[in-house]
Amino acid sequence: MKHAFAVTAVAAAAFALAFLILPVLALFLRVPPGDLIRALGTPAAQDALVVSIKTSAIAHAAVLLIGTPAAYAIGRGRFRGRALLLSLIELPLVLPPAVAGIALLVTFGRLGLLGGTLNALGIRIGFTQAAVILAVAFVESPLYLRAAIASFEGVDGTLLDAARTLRARPFRVFARVALPLAAGGLGAASALALARGLGEFGATLLFAGSLQGVTQTLPLAVYAQFEVNLDTALAIGAEFVFFGAALLLALKVIPGWTRSISLWTFRSASSPST
Amino acid sequence: MDPLHLSLDVPLREFALDVELTVGREVVALVGPSGAGKTKLLRAIAGLQVARGRISVDGDDWLDSTRSIDLPAEERSVGLVFQEYALFPHLTVRKNVEFGRKGEAALLERFGLAALADAKPRELSGGERQRVALARALAPDPAVLLLDEPLAALDAHTRGEVRAELQLLLREADRPTLVVTHDFEDAATLATRVGVLVQGHLRQVGSPAELVASPADPFVATLTGANVLRGRARAILTGLTELELPTGELIRSTDPAEGDAVAIVYPWEVTLSRTPPDDSAQNHIAGVVASLVPVGNRVRARVGPLTAEITADSSERLGLEVGGSAVASFKATATRLLRQNS
Repeated sequence: MKHAFAVTAVAAAAFALAFLILPVLALFLRVPPGDLIRALGTPAAQDALVVSIKTSAIAHAAVLLIGTPAAYAIGRGRFRGRALLLSLIELPLVLPPAVAGIALLVTFGRLGLLGGTLNALGIRIGFTQAAVILAVAFVESPLYLRAAIASFEGVDGTLLDAARTLRARPFRVFARVALPLAAGGLGAASALALARGLGEFGATLLFAGSLQGVTQTLPLAVYAQFEVNLDTALAIGAEFVFFGAALLLALKVIPGWTRSISLWTFRSASSPST
Repeated sequence: MDPLHLSLDVPLREFALDVELTVGREVVALVGPSGAGKTKLLRAIAGLQVARGRISVDGDDWLDSTRSIDLPAEERSVGLVFQEYALFPHLTVRKNVEFGRKGEAALLERFGLAALADAKPRELSGGERQRVALARALAPDPAVLLLDEPLAALDAHTRGEVRAELQLLLREADRPTLVVTHDFEDAATLATRVGVLVQGHLRQVGSPAELVASPADPFVATLTGANVLRGRARAILTGLTELELPTGELIRSTDPAEGDAVAIVYPWEVTLSRTPPDDSAQNHIAGVVASLVPVGNRVRARVGPLTAEITADSSERLGLEVGGSAVASFKATATRLLRQNS
């Protein structure tokens, strides 16, 4: 009996693996490699790559610049309503991207909550590259914040106290002690958030549309090219596979990242709010 | 002139820390059981713990609740050596020491750390870590030096050596220094004055010799390593006091006492023999040898309710062994009596 179960378990593992790997392989097998590379040169693919890199870079920089000190304040702070605040940060994570897109539209859109104010200032956001940046930042920031907060929580408070007794003012305590000690976790959080931002589809489509060369990011281009030129769609898909593989490899290879990722997944698995 | 004056009231979860203390250019040790509030007191002085009262250093007020003065930690001229040293793990020895003030090459040299300047804290031994922590705390030339259990993180093997080294370094530092420890011997070695802190209150402050010679209460006596025997005291005709132990044995002392009392005898005042000796000692308690623990060239022997400290030579000569019988003797003049209050 024992033997029979072992065989079944191995067969199940093989089936699961095939189910996950086969579609990824199919991306490469359907069209010869030469055609794939050529398809990447089409204007649609090129434009999408530029839009994606530009919007992701700006959004990600903003998330890191604002999210890191914010995570430090929340991670080291002890205040009323902290648990509630943490749950609020995680809320966008469990929203379908389409809902996030609509939410952004009714906030920043022409007829949205802040639309009148933005209009008066002569700022139009809906269906521009700014909208893509907002959508990407909106979906990736909870992911970054959550892991960055956990990283700062993991820093030994005695070390921060020691820095204070050595005359370090708050910014120096943050920059010289907290930041370097949380760096491993922050790096991993940043990488995962970047991947989430690059893959963002639903919120961008609803809030920014899919205009080639303006708001059409790589995932949107896959969808658009799917009906026009399947080769291009497949080529962009292959691009994502390489990017994803590189990211996973980095998570395995960079020691600080590996440690904090296992810590982080453990934390989120044991957290009742997710 | 009082370099450091404290008058603190720190509310803690289970009791309040209520300490009044003046520390001159000297090393004062605070001894007490864990949970007595020792670490909290140091944190309050350093500005890392909310406190009420007054802290003044050389006339500067760091804390004065009546005038709403409460300097943040980074503005208090204090060096704090944390219990596990709290060295920055990502910085080298040099960067750790220079964190508070740059250009402290001489300090590295003085603490014997020059050769280790580029090592990371995890590569150091316990004693080396302690020296880095002390050098780091002293680098900004603080007005007050605080040390939290500086020897607790060390193993028994290196402890004695590091203690002697620390004693020298603290003398050299020559500024108001407050050390907290749970070990009376550490306190007596490092400090000129020792305060006993229990449940947030200072029970007694004095030189180590004073604490040993006249402990204020049985707790202080226990802390200094004395045997504490409880019983009922009454005066007897010879002018001595007799204390009857619950076991029925009688102990005589030259101190006066009446009613519930405790007798205090130091282990080094207790002699051991195989049979009751015919000598001047008034007190003899026969019992089974429960343990024999070698401590350097001495042996700590537990006989009945008493701990005796004798030389290893004597122990061997007497042929003492665990489970065998022995008689513990001590003089009435070496037996202190205190009213029982704790």
